[in-house]
Amino acid sequence: MHEMSIATAIVDACAERAVGARVLRVRIEIGQLAAVLPDALRFCFEICAQGTAVEGAELEILEIPGRGRCEDCGATLALAMPFGRCDCGGFARIVGGEELRVKNMEVA
Amino acid sequence: MCATCGCGSDQVHVHGEIIHAHEHHHHDDPAPQARTVSLEQDILAKNRLLAERNRGWFAGREVFAVNLMSSPGAGKTSILERTIRELRDRLPISVLEGDQATSADAERIRATGASVVQINTGTGCHLDAHMVAHGVEHLAPPRNSVLLIENVGNLVCPALFDLGEQARVVVVSVTEGDDKPLKYPHMFRACDTLLINKIDLLPYVRFDMERCIANARQVNPDLRVLRLSAETGEGMGTWYEFLLGAAANARERA
Repeated sequence: MHEMSIATAIVDACAERAVGARVLRVRIEIGQLAAVLPDALRFCFEICAQGTAVEGAELEILEIPGRGRCEDCGATLALAMPFGRCDCGGFARIVGGEELRVKNMEVA
Repeated sequence: MCATCGCGSDQVHVHGEIIHAHEHHHHDDPAPQARTVSLEQDILAKNRLLAERNRGWFAGREVFAVNLMSSPGAGKTSILERTIRELRDRLPISVLEGDQATSADAERIRATGASVVQINTGTGCHLDAHMVAHGVEHLAPPRNSVLLIENVGNLVCPALFDLGEQARVVVVSVTEGDDKPLKYPHMFRACDTLLINKIDLLPYVRFDMERCIANARQVNPDLRVLRLSAETGEGMGTWYEFLLGAAANARERA
């Protein structure tokens, strides 16, 4: 359940920048290969936000699909798992889908 | 408040002491106009920063830090016990023990004569850079030594958290099944070395060694694979060579 640590990090980052304002919405990017479950993260976020400037804020999660680049032929391919092989047999290095980013937040 | 970083949880105990309490912010009257504040920051930035601090701390003291991870029961503590006993004349080793509860593993390590600090994570499922920073404050590993960090037994969560270590080692035992690398790919991708433990039990279990290694390399083609038994000592020599070599390289780089 590392989503609890991830949620705590999001809440801390937002609360630090809120400087007295109330946070209404938080937008984050989660890569589909980042080993973080959006539903579990929402659940943890709500709990971690309690008693902070982020309490009650909506968590908007933008999921980024997994993408790899073949080491041999350079082709780009979709990855559902954090590893994969190209049709040519080459190993696919991950080039997208590992994001764990706080984009922005709405405050009032 | 924590002097290292000013953050943390009230559940984490280093040597039985609460490391610090969490602060909560309250506010009374929100302004009516909503506006967008751009953050554009890595969610794990704080952990990464603390990990870099640890890495600098280790490099400055010529301490080679290894993060050992596995599912519970793969034999991490047994590997540590044997390693300490057999290398103690050639390499000073100290240990950070991570577990949700008890100091049972720290007691086992203490019995070998090595210095050890137990970190209890409470409900936490992994060590993070912050806990390690506090752990090494208590442990104070000597210059020119190896620090073995035994992470919480878990093949998922520890993979995400950089501790500032120079080597990441995952342990799998032959009693677990050769499909572990495909079931927990994040861990095998995050590590540079795989120890396949309990090879003395191979005659009694259905475990295809070659398939396990192929599965692991499918996830991480660069993975170094060592086969050993902490029980009989078979194969431990190659692990010691790796540790001694890596520690010497770390000294040269420092």
